Amino acid sequence: MMKTICLYFQVHQPFRLRRYRFFDIGTSEYYYDDYANESVMKKMALRCYLPANQLMLELIEKFGDRFKIAFSISGIALDQFELYTPEVLESFRKLAATGNVEFLAETHSHSLVSLADEEEFRAQATRHSHRIESLFGLKPKVFRNTELVYSDDIGATIGSLGFEGMLSEGARHILGWKSPNYLYQNALNPELRVLLRNTSLSDDIAFRFSRRSWDQWPLTAEKYVKWLKKTDNRDEIINLFVEYETFGDHHPADSGIFEFFRALPGEILKGKNFRFAVPSGIISDFKPAASIHVPYPASWADEEKDLSAWLGNDMQNEAFKKLYALRELVRKTSDVRILTDWHYLQVSDHFYYMSTKVFTEHEVHKHYNPYESPYDAFINYMNVLSDFTRRLKKLVGSTETKVLRLERIIKEKEEMILNLQRMVNQLQEAAPVIAGPVGVAEEEAAHAPAPVVQATGAAHSKTAASMGVSREAQPAVEKDSKKKAASGKQQEERKKPGKTAEDPGNSTGKASGSSGSKNQPA
Amino acid sequence: MRVLMFGWEFPPHISGGLGTACYGLTKGMSHIPEMEVIFVVPKAWGDEDQSTLRLLSAENFPVRKKYVEMQGFLKEMTFLEIHSRIMPYMSPEEFAKIDKKTKSGTNIYFNTENIASFKFSGTYGPDLFQEIANYSLIARVIAEDESFDIIHAHDWLAYPAGIAAREASGKPLVIHVHATDFDRSGGSVNPGVYEIEKRGMELADKIIAVSNLTRRTIIEKYGIDPSKVVTVYNAVEPAAIKDDMVFRKQDYGKIVTFLGRITLQKGPEYFIEAANKVLKKSNDVHFVMAGSGDMFPRMIRHAASLGIADRFHFTGFLKSRDVTQMFLMSDVYVMPSVSEPFGISPLEAMQSSVPVIISHQSGVSEILRHAIKIDFWDIDAMADAIYGILHYDGLSEMFRKHGKTEVDSLKWEDSALHVKEVYEEVLSRL
Repeated sequence: MMKTICLYFQVHQPFRLRRYRFFDIGTSEYYYDDYANESVMKKMALRCYLPANQLMLELIEKFGDRFKIAFSISGIALDQFELYTPEVLESFRKLAATGNVEFLAETHSHSLVSLADEEEFRAQATRHSHRIESLFGLKPKVFRNTELVYSDDIGATIGSLGFEGMLSEGARHILGWKSPNYLYQNALNPELRVLLRNTSLSDDIAFRFSRRSWDQWPLTAEKYVKWLKKTDNRDEIINLFVEYETFGDHHPADSGIFEFFRALPGEILKGKNFRFAVPSGIISDFKPAASIHVPYPASWADEEKDLSAWLGNDMQNEAFKKLYALRELVRKTSDVRILTDWHYLQVSDHFYYMSTKVFTEHEVHKHYNPYESPYDAFINYMNVLSDFTRRLKKLVGSTETKVLRLERIIKEKEEMILNLQRMVNQLQEAAPVIAGPVGVAEEEAAHAPAPVVQATGAAHSKTAASMGVSREAQPAVEKDSKKKAASGKQQEERKKPGKTAEDPGNSTGKASGSSGSKNQPA
Repeated sequence: MRVLMFGWEFPPHISGGLGTACYGLTKGMSHIPEMEVIFVVPKAWGDEDQSTLRLLSAENFPVRKKYVEMQGFLKEMTFLEIHSRIMPYMSPEEFAKIDKKTKSGTNIYFNTENIASFKFSGTYGPDLFQEIANYSLIARVIAEDESFDIIHAHDWLAYPAGIAAREASGKPLVIHVHATDFDRSGGSVNPGVYEIEKRGMELADKIIAVSNLTRRTIIEKYGIDPSKVVTVYNAVEPAAIKDDMVFRKQDYGKIVTFLGRITLQKGPEYFIEAANKVLKKSNDVHFVMAGSGDMFPRMIRHAASLGIADRFHFTGFLKSRDVTQMFLMSDVYVMPSVSEPFGISPLEAMQSSVPVIISHQSGVSEILRHAIKIDFWDIDAMADAIYGILHYDGLSEMFRKHGKTEVDSLKWEDSALHVKEVYEEVLSRL
């Protein structure tokens, strides 16, 4: 029987924090190491992304529809392509245009939010999906969670978002006796298909390829295809999921990785043993063999295939907990800079750098780690998080007090209106009864509405002015005003100044990501 | 295997790292079968039990031989106590100063009551070098008297004694470098001391360095053949925390501690500068500088001039019990040494589950994982690390869990076994 090979590549580059000391807290609001981020990204573009994309393009041209691959590009990597190496993004677009490449959705922030907050997780998955659709023209049908983190619950959430499938690690403690080489379905939502990574065959390429101490070194396409053929006869699918940085970075070009991969598709397509398919193709072609039960989250990391690389020690847990404790506050703001920082502070790499596994699993964990020790990484992150928390609280706090004050003013004015209205009514009712000369009361009644209008007008202009002062105040006021649902006219008036105040915020757009960075000495 | 060891200080009189290391190593060696140590030590104290005293030499040398059962030692120790005014950590200049004092006033180094007979060829030397020469004279006599297989001398003051014993007996000499004058002097090396050190290293059959840092100094600054120098790391004795020591914190806030001699080598001024940075941001913190040394007055003035004296405290010299108590009170321990061949005190702090910040310029940083390492001059990094430990709970929790486990795995028995391998290698060449 013909087996299906699914090649999927993960593209991600961390967004590194600068050295941020505690005495920067409250004085500096810029957290990123622009130099490192830009230079690493440019280096990676040259040694990995551009040549690898070129290779993929040539292979697609050569084999046409017989060669298919899938990518997922983290939102953090997309940001940095846009900032530093737009030519890489362009080369991915070219690949997308061939029609032989599928792009999967991820979390927008390459975050572990699936373990912390379902609502935020949904929002990030949706946001990334939209972004991929607008960049590459196709709405992603399959989801790939950060670090291949998967559990029954996470899968069910993804299913409810309308995705057809999700990738996961074929970890032994997940599989038990099962083989990763079939299509599975989520245990809670049978509509969601699960593709499992073939750990051993993937790692042969991802980790072992250039290791000279490996008894199979050097690995050739012929040898590798022999191993593919050795899989069980009844196996249907072989999922090879590797980091895209495998090409040219994890294994440098002189290791022969490009030559290996250039030869591989031809070797695989020789004879009638194999064909290539993308994840969504597999989902439509195959029926799930069984449900897969993963009550506790698993990942693709290290030997344990669990979360211990990110959430394995007290420092990681504290940082993670403190970060996501802020989500309620973050929801109350739409400040662009706050939201950008919130996005970048969630990147899973920050927690990876705090792993004490660096002491035991040196090789993998040292890779591109900008910190000398996990302690160093933790202190730096917490300093940044402290400043972020301070800013967030100040912003939301000031917004809230402002809203409270405005609410009080509105209430007072409303009461005034009511009272005066009542007076007017009383006077109007009384007017026909009281005979005699036109009294003071009547005159008052006649003039009463005028000062009322003035009073509310003053209240509105005051509201507008105070909102104009700070654009941070705008969103909560807007939300609140809707809730309050005062008169339509009032709402109109209140919205306007808010809108204008928002504009400068939008125009700076990625302020903290790009232009802002240049203003801030690192 | 019998070892003639020229060492320093034994409990209850331990004033610093060298004495602690000698004691720990000897104790570790007592756990190795077939290993016997004759421990020669210069002494100037007078308050010990004199019942075990025995005059050894016929030449009027004041040597006391004792057989002592030490707690935690698996066998009886042979002690040879030589009456001498040599003390560890002393520079020739300091010695001259103290020497003057002792002649004029109360003699704290010399107590004739305990000495049955005392007569050198000359009178007491006017300087440290004379004292060292006298010590080596006695060493020669001892070497002729005792039977042993190998000689082991700790630090420069004992090298001449080791050499003398080697000449008298023809047995091989291993010297143990706990520090060099480059560490002690901060660069302005005393030529006399350097000479003694270099001669000791050249004549030794093997050199043990307490860290790779020290090993490099020996090779690069003294021009010694690298193959002759091996690193054997120190370890730490299990902490002696007594029940009554459990310190109840008052409303002190957090305490950050520096503990060591207040000398150039230990980098006290960097600690003060870092403290100043932290105090600008945090109110509820106190800094303590425990110890004494030649930079003591200057450091007090320094703290005062920064206006932080209300939250920066000096304790003066602390005895070992007070040291343990100081650790129990501390939330962070900082060792900003400019040049520290090893540095046992952070290990002692870790035994009390205190997070430690140590300089890269220390030997101990080569073996510790669960410590924050900084450059001694990088006061920003030092201040940042202090602030981090004080404010982010995850850190102190990590140190409580992992620091203690790590330090408990550093055992003197392992160091002693390593030293034994060095002996065997030397003896096999004979």
